[in-house]
Amino acid sequence: MTVAAPNYELVQQDGLETSLLEVSMGPHHPSTHGVFRMDVKLDGETVVDLKPVFGYLHRNHEKLAENMSYLASMPFTDRLDYFNSMTNNWAYALAAEQLVEIEIPERAEYLRVIMSELTRLVNHVSLVGFFVNDLGALGTPLLYAFREREKILDLFEQASGARMMCNYFRFGGLRCDVPDGWLDRTREVVDRFPKFLDEYEKLLCENEIILSRTQGVGNLSKELAISAGITGPMLRASGVNYDIRKVDNYGIYERFKFRVPYSEGDVGDCYDRFMVRMLEMRESIGILRQALDGIENGPIMGNAGKVFKPQKSEAYGRVEAPKGELGFYLVADGTTQPYRYRVRPPSFINLTVLQDMCIGQQVADAVIILGSIDIVLGEVDR
Amino acid sequence: MSVLGSGIFKGMAVTLKNFVGSYFDKERLTTNEYAWQANDKLPERAGDYPKEEAEQLSDTTTVTQYSRNFPMLLHDAGEPMDTVRCVACQICERECPPQCIYIEKSTEKKERSGNKAQFYPATFDIDVSVCMSCQICVEVCPFDAIVMNSQFELSTPSRFGELLLRRDDLLKSNDYYYKIHPEEASARDKRIADEKAAKEAKKKAAEAAKKKAAEAKSKSEAEAKAKEEAEAASKPTEPSDTPPAESTATPSTEPPATPTTEPEKEGSAE
Ligand code: SF4
Ligand code: SF4
Repeated sequence: MTVAAPNYELVQQDGLETSLLEVSMGPHHPSTHGVFRMDVKLDGETVVDLKPVFGYLHRNHEKLAENMSYLASMPFTDRLDYFNSMTNNWAYALAAEQLVEIEIPERAEYLRVIMSELTRLVNHVSLVGFFVNDLGALGTPLLYAFREREKILDLFEQASGARMMCNYFRFGGLRCDVPDGWLDRTREVVDRFPKFLDEYEKLLCENEIILSRTQGVGNLSKELAISAGITGPMLRASGVNYDIRKVDNYGIYERFKFRVPYSEGDVGDCYDRFMVRMLEMRESIGILRQALDGIENGPIMGNAGKVFKPQKSEAYGRVEAPKGELGFYLVADGTTQPYRYRVRPPSFINLTVLQDMCIGQQVADAVIILGSIDIVLGEVDR
Repeated sequence: MSVLGSGIFKGMAVTLKNFVGSYFDKERLTTNEYAWQANDKLPERAGDYPKEEAEQLSDTTTVTQYSRNFPMLLHDAGEPMDTVRCVACQICERECPPQCIYIEKSTEKKERSGNKAQFYPATFDIDVSVCMSCQICVEVCPFDAIVMNSQFELSTPSRFGELLLRRDDLLKSNDYYYKIHPEEASARDKRIADEKAAKEAKKKAAEAAKKKAAEAKSKSEAEAKAKEEAEAASKPTEPSDTPPAESTATPSTEPPATPTTEPEKEGSAE
């Protein structure tokens, strides 16, 4: 699907001369989820062209990582998508573990799955909150979401020492074991979560305002989604059944029974993207329950040497992060620093279709469409 | 969806329930009153907070024992600089991802109470405006000398220099460590004791082996002598069954007193 280039010529209307209006939304705009700018061209209320402008938060992440030891980049990966530091850590650890052969202990694998599914809950529940915040439901649903998120962040803090910048994964396992009683506390949180989800769904999923503002808005066709390299819930909302947890079976995901929610139709509107995330949370709870049942005592760190110094090789490690495929590509040159370090950020690549989704929509809907992509600027700009 | 607008009313019922619940729910989140207030104005430097009060604020009653923010240097009971564990090996300085540690090694070794003479950090600065609380320095330190603090009272009126924590601000006793991270501290001390015991046992075993080897050697020498004498007396009786001395003498590998201080040479771009 290609969009015809809009025509900016002056228009004669009822004997009056009018022209298109250019609006610069951002970089400090409450709807842009960070420092991000959209150059929008409007014909009345309708968007005729949109140009995303980003890079305000560029921190030179990749070049920094090429100039420090492999381990020292781990805390920097937390700061890519600061909502999901656990999955970021995992993707990087997966890539580095391919460079050298490390056996990962059973308990560590279970804890990795538990951490990353908890992260998914945190991400989706807050995304939905932010999304309806963009719709105009100011505060209430977002604060309910943050109330639940708080409980999970407390668990992260008890395990890793920090609520958001966890820095918890290591090549070959995890930094430390979880404290006594942590698994019981996690189970409590996980067992209460469905009750909250019921409430949340009751609050949002039948609300006529949400339905009428999201259905048929920001359609993304299957073909465009695939050809643009969209991944994650956004791809599944466009009707493609693709989940890296199923495709790659990284970690120990093949041991768990879970379904991948995806949209049946070929609409891929904001409502689909919203619902896919709501449904995914239920599946994450299922995985968490199975993992909490299956986990046993044992070591949490494989026998990685003290110095991480891989042979000349390259590796690509990817995980199904809550926002999509997060990948790390590493080229090792035999020293203690990577020769090349590249991140494939899901938010950035998912953002590339923003223009296609917004053209022809109302300007107020552009805000919702951006919200439904689920971006974090820390990851877009790196 | 039957009647238009029924979804909205359902949602409103949820908010009403939550509103009422916010007064009566057992799990409701409440606001804690801030426990301490600076009497007049902020101190000039982050390290200048009244020590006792700031330390009292970071114990487990205010901050959860699992949280971390900035590093501190541990010393054992006694005068801080007599018992400081850091030997200024500078591994943490090299490994710190944002490079916010600055260490100057002392020029001469100093006697430590209960320990042999070691270098000590003449300067040890951490710029907490740069530190990202990643705990890498704690992980790489081979001497258990640096651990994470949870003291949060650090705000200052300006950010240049005032946020630099000097060595004397960073020095904290092991007792304080027990106060803020009881579980971690006892696990760490247990590990240190275990390692020490293992080292001692190994040393003892090595010594015992040495002694045994020496004994065996002298014994076999004596036997050989006796044998020689016996042979001289042309009366060979029993063959000696003691193995040759060399095979029992385990190569006495003195365990390195300090772990290697050079984990990676190539990677450290100075
Ligand atoms: S916590 Fe991290 S950033 Fe801070 S001093 Fe230690 S290694 Fe450096
Ligand atoms: S690694 Fe430990 S002993 Fe070495 S300088 Fe740092 S704190 Fe001191």
